[in-house]
Amino acid sequence: MQIVEELLNGSRVALARAITAVENEYDEAVDIMRQLYSHTGRAHVIGITGPPGAGKSTLTDKLAKEYRNLGKTVGIIAIDPTSPFSGGAILGDRIRMLDLTLDEGVFIRSMGTRGSLGGLSRKTSEAVKILDAFGKDVIFVETVGVGQSEVDIIKTADTTLVVLVPGLGDDIQAIKAGILEIGDVFAINKADREGADRLQIELNAMLDLNQEHMDWRPPIKRTVANQSEGISELVETLEEHIAYTHKSGGLELRRTQRTKSELLALLHEHLSRRILGKLDDAGQFETLVASVERRERDPYSVVGQILNDLMK
Amino acid sequence: MEKRIRVLVAKPGLDGHDRGAKVVARALRDAGFEVIYTGIRLTPEQIAEAALQEDVDVVAMSLLSGAHNTLFPKVVAVLKEKGAAGKLIIGGGVIPEADIAGLKAAGVSEVFTPGTPTSQIVEYIKANVK
Repeated sequence: MQIVEELLNGSRVALARAITAVENEYDEAVDIMRQLYSHTGRAHVIGITGPPGAGKSTLTDKLAKEYRNLGKTVGIIAIDPTSPFSGGAILGDRIRMLDLTLDEGVFIRSMGTRGSLGGLSRKTSEAVKILDAFGKDVIFVETVGVGQSEVDIIKTADTTLVVLVPGLGDDIQAIKAGILEIGDVFAINKADREGADRLQIELNAMLDLNQEHMDWRPPIKRTVANQSEGISELVETLEEHIAYTHKSGGLELRRTQRTKSELLALLHEHLSRRILGKLDDAGQFETLVASVERRERDPYSVVGQILNDLMK
Repeated sequence: MEKRIRVLVAKPGLDGHDRGAKVVARALRDAGFEVIYTGIRLTPEQIAEAALQEDVDVVAMSLLSGAHNTLFPKVVAVLKEKGAAGKLIIGGGVIPEADIAGLKAAGVSEVFTPGTPTSQIVEYIKANVK
Protein backbone atom coordinates (compact mmCIF):
# COMPACT_ATOMS: atom_id res chain seq x y z
CA MET A 1 0.00 0.00 0.00
CA GLN A 2 1.50 3.24 -1.18
CA ILE A 3 0.47 5.50 1.69
CA VAL A 4 2.11 3.21 4.25
CA GLU A 5 5.31 3.02 2.27
CA GLU A 6 5.45 6.79 1.85
CA LEU A 7 4.71 7.33 5.52
CA LEU A 8 7.49 4.99 6.58
CA ASN A 9 9.79 6.84 4.20
CA GLY A 10 9.07 10.08 6.03
CA SER A 11 6.32 11.72 3.95
CA ARG A 12 4.38 14.17 6.11
CA VAL A 13 1.61 14.30 3.48
CA ALA A 14 1.15 10.53 3.81
CA LEU A 15 1.21 10.84 7.59
CA ALA A 16 -1.53 13.50 7.48
CA ARG A 17 -3.65 11.41 5.09
CA ALA A 18 -3.28 8.26 7.19
CA ILE A 19 -4.64 10.08 10.24
CA THR A 20 -7.55 11.38 8.15
CA ALA A 21 -8.31 7.84 6.97
CA VAL A 22 -8.50 6.62 10.55
CA GLU A 23 -10.50 9.61 11.68
CA ASN A 24 -13.11 9.24 8.95
CA GLU A 25 -13.08 5.44 9.12
CA TYR A 26 -12.24 5.13 5.44
CA ASP A 27 -12.14 1.58 4.09
CA GLU A 28 -8.36 1.64 3.80
CA ALA A 29 -7.93 2.61 7.49
CA VAL A 30 -7.86 -0.97 8.73
CA ASP A 31 -5.24 -1.94 6.16
CA ILE A 32 -3.11 1.06 7.08
CA MET A 33 -3.23 0.17 10.76
CA ARG A 34 -2.51 -3.49 10.04
CA GLN A 35 0.62 -2.63 8.16
CA LEU A 36 1.82 0.01 10.58
CA TYR A 37 1.27 -1.98 13.74
CA SER A 38 4.62 -3.72 13.74
CA HIS A 39 6.36 -0.35 13.53
CA THR A 40 4.72 0.96 16.73
CA GLY A 41 5.62 0.74 20.39
CA ARG A 42 8.73 2.89 20.40
CA ALA A 43 7.44 6.36 21.28
CA HIS A 44 6.97 7.80 24.75
CA VAL A 45 3.33 8.87 24.90
CA ILE A 46 2.56 11.71 27.28
CA GLY A 47 -1.07 12.60 27.98
CA ILE A 48 -1.74 16.17 29.08
CA THR A 49 -5.01 16.83 30.81
CA GLY A 50 -6.55 19.39 33.12
CA PRO A 51 -9.33 21.94 33.25
CA PRO A 52 -9.97 24.42 30.43
CA GLY A 53 -7.80 27.48 30.76
CA ALA A 54 -5.06 25.69 32.68
CA GLY A 55 -2.62 26.46 29.89
CA LYS A 56 -2.30 22.96 28.45
CA SER A 57 -1.55 24.14 24.90
CA THR A 58 1.04 26.68 25.94
CA LEU A 59 2.67 24.10 28.20
CA THR A 60 2.64 21.52 25.41
CA ASP A 61 4.30 24.06 23.12
CA LYS A 62 7.10 24.69 25.63
CA LEU A 63 7.57 21.02 26.48
CA ALA A 64 7.82 20.19 22.78
CA LYS A 65 10.50 22.85 22.33
CA GLU A 66 12.44 21.49 25.29
CA TYR A 67 12.32 17.96 23.86
CA ARG A 68 13.46 19.35 20.50
CA ASN A 69 16.43 20.94 22.27
CA LEU A 70 17.24 17.50 23.61
CA GLY A 71 17.29 16.22 20.04
CA LYS A 72 13.99 14.32 20.12
CA THR A 73 11.28 14.46 17.50
CA VAL A 74 7.77 15.29 18.63
CA GLY A 75 4.20 14.52 17.61
CA ILE A 76 1.26 16.41 19.08
CA ILE A 77 -2.41 15.52 18.99
CA ALA A 78 -4.56 18.38 20.24
CA ILE A 79 -8.19 17.57 20.95
CA ASP A 80 -10.99 20.13 21.13
CA PRO A 81 -14.73 19.66 21.61
CA THR A 82 -17.15 19.15 18.74
CA SER A 83 -20.44 21.04 18.91
CA PRO A 84 -23.24 18.65 19.86
CA PHE A 85 -25.62 20.75 17.79
CA SER A 86 -23.91 21.36 14.46
CA GLY A 87 -21.23 18.65 14.54
CA GLY A 88 -18.73 21.38 13.74
CA ALA A 89 -15.74 22.40 15.82
CA ILE A 90 -13.21 25.14 16.22
CA LEU A 91 -9.83 23.57 16.78
CA GLY A 92 -7.72 26.40 18.11
CA ASP A 93 -4.78 24.90 19.96
CA ARG A 94 -2.34 25.40 17.11
CA ILE A 95 -2.47 29.14 17.80
CA ARG A 96 -0.28 28.56 20.82
CA MET A 97 2.14 26.35 18.91
CA LEU A 98 2.84 28.47 15.85
CA ASP A 99 6.62 28.45 16.21
CA LEU A 100 6.56 24.68 15.97
CA THR A 101 4.78 24.65 12.62
CA LEU A 102 7.90 25.01 10.51
CA ASP A 103 10.05 22.71 12.64
CA GLU A 104 10.33 19.55 10.56
CA GLY A 105 10.84 17.50 13.69
CA VAL A 106 7.37 18.35 14.95
CA PHE A 107 3.99 17.27 13.62
CA ILE A 108 0.80 18.74 15.09
CA ARG A 109 -2.66 17.40 14.40
CA SER A 110 -5.93 18.78 15.74
CA MET A 111 -8.87 16.45 16.33
CA GLY A 112 -12.48 17.16 17.23
CA THR A 113 -14.26 14.90 19.72
CA ARG A 114 -16.97 14.28 17.10
CA GLY A 115 -19.64 13.30 19.55
CA SER A 116 -18.41 9.99 20.87
CA LEU A 117 -15.78 10.03 23.55
CA GLY A 118 -15.33 6.27 23.37
CA GLY A 119 -14.87 6.38 19.61
CA LEU A 120 -12.53 9.28 20.00
CA SER A 121 -10.23 7.44 22.34
CA ARG A 122 -9.80 4.67 19.76
CA LYS A 123 -9.12 7.13 16.97
CA THR A 124 -6.74 9.05 19.17
CA SER A 125 -4.78 5.94 20.02
CA GLU A 126 -4.67 5.03 16.33
CA ALA A 127 -3.37 8.50 15.49
CA VAL A 128 -0.77 8.02 18.22
CA LYS A 129 0.27 4.73 16.64
CA ILE A 130 0.58 6.38 13.24
CA LEU A 131 2.87 9.09 14.65
CA ASP A 132 4.79 6.38 16.49
CA ALA A 133 5.28 4.35 13.31
CA PHE A 134 6.35 7.53 11.54
CA GLY A 135 9.20 7.66 14.05
CA LYS A 136 8.29 10.38 16.53
CA ASP A 137 10.18 9.93 19.81
CA VAL A 138 7.72 11.73 22.06
CA ILE A 139 3.99 12.07 21.41
CA PHE A 140 1.83 14.47 23.36
CA VAL A 141 -1.91 13.96 23.52
CA GLU A 142 -3.57 17.09 24.79
CA THR A 143 -7.09 16.28 25.93
CA VAL A 144 -10.21 18.30 25.47
CA GLY A 145 -9.96 19.66 28.96
CA VAL A 146 -13.45 19.05 30.27
CA GLY A 147 -11.88 18.30 33.61
CA GLN A 148 -13.05 15.91 36.22
CA SER A 149 -14.35 13.07 34.10
CA GLU A 150 -11.84 13.28 31.26
CA VAL A 151 -9.83 10.28 32.37
CA ASP A 152 -9.78 8.22 29.18
CA ILE A 153 -6.33 9.54 28.43
CA ILE A 154 -4.69 7.00 30.73
CA LYS A 155 -5.73 4.30 28.29
CA THR A 156 -3.44 5.87 25.70
CA ALA A 157 -0.60 7.48 27.63
CA ASP A 158 2.58 6.04 29.16
CA THR A 159 2.79 9.10 31.37
CA THR A 160 -0.14 11.29 32.34
CA LEU A 161 0.56 14.90 33.17
CA VAL A 162 -2.21 16.70 35.00
CA VAL A 163 -2.09 20.49 34.70
CA LEU A 164 -3.78 22.55 37.36
CA VAL A 165 -4.02 26.27 38.01
CA PRO A 166 -4.48 28.22 41.23
CA GLY A 167 -7.87 29.68 41.93
CA LEU A 168 -10.24 26.97 40.72
CA GLY A 169 -12.51 25.50 43.35
CA ASP A 170 -12.06 24.65 47.00
CA ASP A 171 -10.23 21.77 48.65
CA ILE A 172 -13.08 19.29 48.22
CA GLN A 173 -12.23 19.32 44.50
CA ALA A 174 -8.91 17.79 45.39
CA ILE A 175 -10.35 14.67 46.98
CA LYS A 176 -13.02 13.90 44.39
CA ALA A 177 -12.41 11.07 42.00
CA GLY A 178 -11.26 11.88 38.50
CA ILE A 179 -8.27 13.57 37.01
CA LEU A 180 -6.49 13.86 40.33
CA GLU A 181 -6.28 10.10 40.52
CA ILE A 182 -4.78 9.57 37.11
CA GLY A 183 -1.79 11.91 37.28
CA ASP A 184 1.71 10.47 37.18
CA VAL A 185 3.12 13.97 37.28
CA PHE A 186 1.38 17.20 38.28
CA ALA A 187 2.12 20.69 37.07
CA ILE A 188 0.80 23.77 38.79
CA ASN A 189 0.81 26.16 35.87
CA LYS A 190 0.45 29.94 36.15
CA ALA A 191 2.27 29.42 39.44
CA ASP A 192 2.98 33.14 39.66
CA ARG A 193 -0.67 33.63 40.55
CA GLU A 194 -2.09 33.94 44.01
CA GLY A 195 -3.14 30.65 45.50
CA ALA A 196 -0.32 28.51 44.07
CA ASP A 197 1.03 27.70 47.54
CA ARG A 198 -2.36 26.66 48.83
CA LEU A 199 -3.02 24.51 45.77
CA GLN A 200 0.31 22.79 46.25
CA ILE A 201 -0.40 22.07 49.92
CA GLU A 202 -3.85 20.65 49.12
CA LEU A 203 -2.51 18.59 46.28
CA ASN A 204 0.28 17.22 48.45
CA ALA A 205 -2.20 16.29 51.15
CA MET A 206 -4.37 14.51 48.62
CA LEU A 207 -1.46 12.61 47.09
CA ASP A 208 -0.25 11.51 50.52
CA LEU A 209 -3.62 9.87 51.08
CA ASN A 210 -3.36 7.95 47.86
CA GLN A 211 -2.31 4.38 48.49
CA GLU A 212 -2.23 3.25 44.88
CA HIS A 213 0.94 5.08 43.93
CA MET A 214 3.02 3.89 46.84
CA ASP A 215 6.25 3.42 44.91
CA TRP A 216 5.79 6.38 42.60
CA ARG A 217 4.58 9.38 44.50
CA PRO A 218 3.48 11.77 41.74
CA PRO A 219 5.75 14.80 41.88
CA ILE A 220 4.31 18.31 41.70
CA LYS A 221 6.16 20.84 39.57
CA ARG A 222 5.48 24.54 39.27
CA THR A 223 5.50 26.19 35.88
CA VAL A 224 4.73 29.52 34.30
CA ALA A 225 4.44 28.23 30.75
CA ASN A 226 4.11 31.56 28.97
CA GLN A 227 7.37 32.69 30.60
CA SER A 228 9.04 29.30 29.93
CA GLU A 229 9.59 28.89 33.68
CA GLY A 230 9.93 25.43 35.16
CA ILE A 231 9.86 23.69 31.77
CA SER A 232 13.19 21.89 31.82
CA GLU A 233 12.52 20.69 35.38
CA LEU A 234 9.14 19.36 34.24
CA VAL A 235 10.74 17.51 31.31
CA GLU A 236 13.27 15.97 33.71
CA THR A 237 10.42 14.75 35.88
CA LEU A 238 8.54 13.30 32.90
CA GLU A 239 11.72 11.49 31.89
CA GLU A 240 12.18 10.19 35.44
CA HIS A 241 8.66 8.81 35.31
CA ILE A 242 9.24 6.95 32.08
CA ALA A 243 12.55 5.61 33.41
CA TYR A 244 10.76 4.47 36.54
CA THR A 245 8.01 2.70 34.61
CA HIS A 246 10.64 0.93 32.49
CA LYS A 247 12.55 -0.21 35.55
CA SER A 248 9.57 -1.23 37.68
CA GLY A 249 7.82 -3.12 34.92
CA GLY A 250 4.91 -0.71 35.20
CA LEU A 251 5.19 0.29 31.56
CA GLU A 252 4.96 -3.31 30.43
CA LEU A 253 1.94 -3.81 32.65
CA ARG A 254 0.29 -0.67 31.32
CA ARG A 255 0.96 -1.69 27.74
CA THR A 256 -0.36 -5.20 28.30
CA GLN A 257 -3.53 -3.77 29.76
CA ARG A 258 -3.77 -1.37 26.87
CA THR A 259 -3.39 -4.15 24.32
CA LYS A 260 -6.02 -6.14 26.16
CA SER A 261 -8.54 -3.31 26.26
CA GLU A 262 -7.85 -2.42 22.65
CA LEU A 263 -8.50 -5.99 21.59
CA LEU A 264 -11.68 -6.09 23.64
CA ALA A 265 -12.90 -2.77 22.27
CA LEU A 266 -12.26 -3.87 18.69
CA LEU A 267 -13.96 -7.19 19.29
CA HIS A 268 -16.90 -5.42 20.86
CA GLU A 269 -17.19 -3.01 17.97
CA HIS A 270 -16.92 -5.65 15.26
CA LEU A 271 -19.28 -8.06 16.99
CA SER A 272 -22.02 -5.52 17.45
CA ARG A 273 -21.54 -4.24 13.92
CA ARG A 274 -21.80 -7.76 12.54
CA ILE A 275 -24.83 -8.69 14.63
CA LEU A 276 -26.61 -5.46 13.77
CA GLY A 277 -25.74 -5.92 10.13
CA LYS A 278 -27.36 -9.35 10.10
CA LEU A 279 -30.48 -8.13 11.88
CA ASP A 280 -30.74 -5.12 9.60
CA ASP A 281 -30.32 -7.24 6.47
CA ALA A 282 -33.24 -9.36 7.52
CA GLY A 283 -35.22 -6.26 8.51
CA GLN A 284 -35.52 -7.82 11.97
CA PHE A 285 -34.20 -5.05 14.12
CA GLU A 286 -37.09 -2.63 13.66
CA THR A 287 -39.58 -5.43 14.32
CA LEU A 288 -37.81 -6.27 17.57
CA VAL A 289 -37.73 -2.62 18.63
CA ALA A 290 -41.46 -2.32 17.95
CA SER A 291 -42.32 -5.46 19.91
CA VAL A 292 -40.27 -4.27 22.89
CA GLU A 293 -41.86 -0.87 22.70
CA ARG A 294 -45.37 -2.40 22.75
CA ARG A 295 -44.27 -4.35 25.83
CA GLU A 296 -45.00 -7.63 24.04
CA ARG A 297 -41.44 -8.67 24.68
CA ASP A 298 -38.74 -7.47 27.05
CA PRO A 299 -35.28 -6.30 25.94
CA TYR A 300 -33.45 -8.87 28.08
CA SER A 301 -35.01 -11.91 26.42
CA VAL A 302 -34.70 -10.29 22.99
CA VAL A 303 -30.94 -9.88 23.43
CA GLY A 304 -30.71 -13.39 24.83
CA GLN A 305 -32.47 -14.77 21.80
CA ILE A 306 -30.34 -12.80 19.34
CA LEU A 307 -27.18 -14.15 20.94
CA ASN A 308 -28.52 -17.70 21.07
CA ASP A 309 -29.40 -17.59 17.38
CA LEU A 310 -25.96 -16.26 16.56
CA MET A 311 -23.99 -18.80 18.56
CA LYS A 312 -25.85 -21.79 17.11
CA MET B 1 -18.52 8.08 10.54
CA GLU B 2 -19.09 10.41 7.65
CA LYS B 3 -16.33 12.67 6.48
CA ARG B 4 -16.22 16.10 8.08
CA ILE B 5 -15.12 18.99 5.92
CA ARG B 6 -11.99 20.47 7.47
CA VAL B 7 -11.13 24.11 6.89
CA LEU B 8 -8.00 26.02 7.86
CA VAL B 9 -8.82 29.63 8.66
CA ALA B 10 -5.71 31.76 8.59
CA LYS B 11 -4.57 35.34 8.37
CA PRO B 12 -1.39 35.80 6.41
CA GLY B 13 0.92 38.75 6.73
CA LEU B 14 1.10 41.77 8.97
CA ASP B 15 -2.51 42.37 9.78
CA GLY B 16 -3.90 42.09 13.27
CA HIS B 17 -7.59 42.44 12.55
CA ASP B 18 -9.17 39.04 12.93
CA ARG B 19 -12.77 39.79 13.76
CA GLY B 20 -13.95 38.92 10.29
CA ALA B 21 -11.94 35.69 10.31
CA LYS B 22 -13.46 34.73 13.65
CA VAL B 23 -16.99 35.44 12.41
CA VAL B 24 -16.34 33.23 9.38
CA ALA B 25 -14.77 30.52 11.58
CA ARG B 26 -17.81 30.52 13.80
CA ALA B 27 -20.21 30.36 10.84
CA LEU B 28 -18.29 27.42 9.39
CA ARG B 29 -18.39 25.66 12.74
CA ASP B 30 -22.15 26.18 12.89
CA ALA B 31 -22.40 24.68 9.41
CA GLY B 32 -20.83 21.49 10.79
CA PHE B 33 -17.28 21.97 9.53
CA GLU B 34 -14.14 21.38 11.54
CA VAL B 35 -12.30 24.68 11.60
CA ILE B 36 -8.62 24.80 12.42
CA TYR B 37 -8.07 28.36 13.48
CA THR B 38 -4.47 29.51 13.40
CA GLY B 39 -4.68 33.18 14.30
CA ILE B 40 -2.89 36.20 12.94
CA ARG B 41 0.42 37.13 11.30
CA LEU B 42 1.27 33.89 9.58
CA THR B 43 3.75 33.39 6.78
CA PRO B 44 2.62 31.53 3.65
CA GLU B 45 4.97 28.70 4.67
CA GLN B 46 3.31 28.39 8.07
CA ILE B 47 -0.15 28.34 6.50
CA ALA B 48 0.80 25.73 3.93
CA GLU B 49 2.53 23.51 6.49
CA ALA B 50 -0.42 23.71 8.90
CA ALA B 51 -2.79 22.86 6.04
CA LEU B 52 -0.60 19.87 5.17
CA GLN B 53 -0.42 18.51 8.73
CA GLU B 54 -4.11 19.03 9.37
CA ASP B 55 -5.00 17.53 5.98
CA VAL B 56 -7.69 20.15 5.46
CA ASP B 57 -10.00 20.26 2.46
CA VAL B 58 -10.12 24.03 2.37
CA VAL B 59 -7.65 26.82 3.07
CA ALA B 60 -9.55 30.02 3.85
CA MET B 61 -7.45 33.15 4.13
CA SER B 62 -8.48 36.59 5.22
CA LEU B 63 -6.45 39.66 4.52
CA LEU B 64 -7.03 43.36 4.96
CA SER B 65 -3.52 44.72 4.54
CA GLY B 66 -3.38 44.83 0.76
CA ALA B 67 -0.70 42.17 0.34
CA HIS B 68 -3.12 39.58 -1.07
CA ASN B 69 -1.61 39.61 -4.56
CA THR B 70 1.69 38.34 -3.13
CA LEU B 71 0.60 36.22 -0.18
CA PHE B 72 -2.39 34.25 -1.52
CA PRO B 73 -0.57 32.91 -4.61
CA LYS B 74 2.48 32.16 -2.44
CA VAL B 75 0.39 29.81 -0.27
CA VAL B 76 -0.87 28.03 -3.39
CA ALA B 77 2.72 27.66 -4.61
CA VAL B 78 4.11 26.39 -1.30
CA LEU B 79 1.30 23.83 -0.99
CA LYS B 80 2.22 22.54 -4.42
CA GLU B 81 5.93 22.42 -3.50
CA LYS B 82 5.11 20.36 -0.43
CA GLY B 83 3.06 17.90 -2.44
CA ALA B 84 -0.17 18.97 -0.78
CA ALA B 85 -1.88 20.64 -3.71
CA GLY B 86 -5.52 20.04 -4.60
CA LYS B 87 -7.06 21.84 -1.68
CA LEU B 88 -9.79 24.39 -2.23
CA ILE B 89 -8.24 27.81 -1.67
CA ILE B 90 -10.50 30.74 -0.89
CA GLY B 91 -9.77 34.31 0.14
CA GLY B 92 -11.60 37.13 1.77
CA GLY B 93 -11.15 40.62 3.09
CA VAL B 94 -10.64 44.01 1.56
CA ILE B 95 -9.76 42.96 -1.96
CA PRO B 96 -10.29 45.28 -4.93
CA GLU B 97 -12.51 43.93 -7.69
CA ALA B 98 -9.69 44.47 -10.17
CA ASP B 99 -7.39 42.00 -8.37
CA ILE B 100 -9.80 39.09 -8.30
CA ALA B 101 -9.20 37.79 -11.81
CA GLY B 102 -5.44 37.66 -11.16
CA LEU B 103 -5.93 35.80 -7.89
CA LYS B 104 -8.16 33.25 -9.59
CA ALA B 105 -5.55 32.74 -12.29
CA ALA B 106 -3.02 32.08 -9.50
CA GLY B 107 -5.13 29.24 -8.06
CA VAL B 108 -7.44 30.98 -5.59
CA SER B 109 -10.85 29.50 -6.35
CA GLU B 110 -13.04 32.27 -5.02
CA VAL B 111 -12.74 35.63 -3.29
CA PHE B 112 -15.34 36.94 -0.86
CA THR B 113 -15.38 40.66 -0.26
CA PRO B 114 -16.89 42.52 2.73
CA GLY B 115 -20.65 42.27 3.00
CA THR B 116 -20.78 38.66 1.75
CA PRO B 117 -23.24 36.69 3.90
CA THR B 118 -21.42 33.83 5.63
CA SER B 119 -24.07 31.44 4.31
CA GLN B 120 -22.73 32.12 0.82
CA ILE B 121 -19.24 30.99 1.89
CA VAL B 122 -20.71 27.85 3.46
CA GLU B 123 -22.66 27.02 0.31
CA TYR B 124 -19.62 27.63 -1.86
CA ILE B 125 -17.48 25.26 0.22
CA LYS B 126 -20.16 22.56 0.25
CA ALA B 127 -20.54 22.80 -3.50
CA ASN B 128 -16.84 22.77 -4.29
CA VAL B 129 -15.11 20.41 -1.88
CA LYS B 130 -14.49 17.13 -3.59
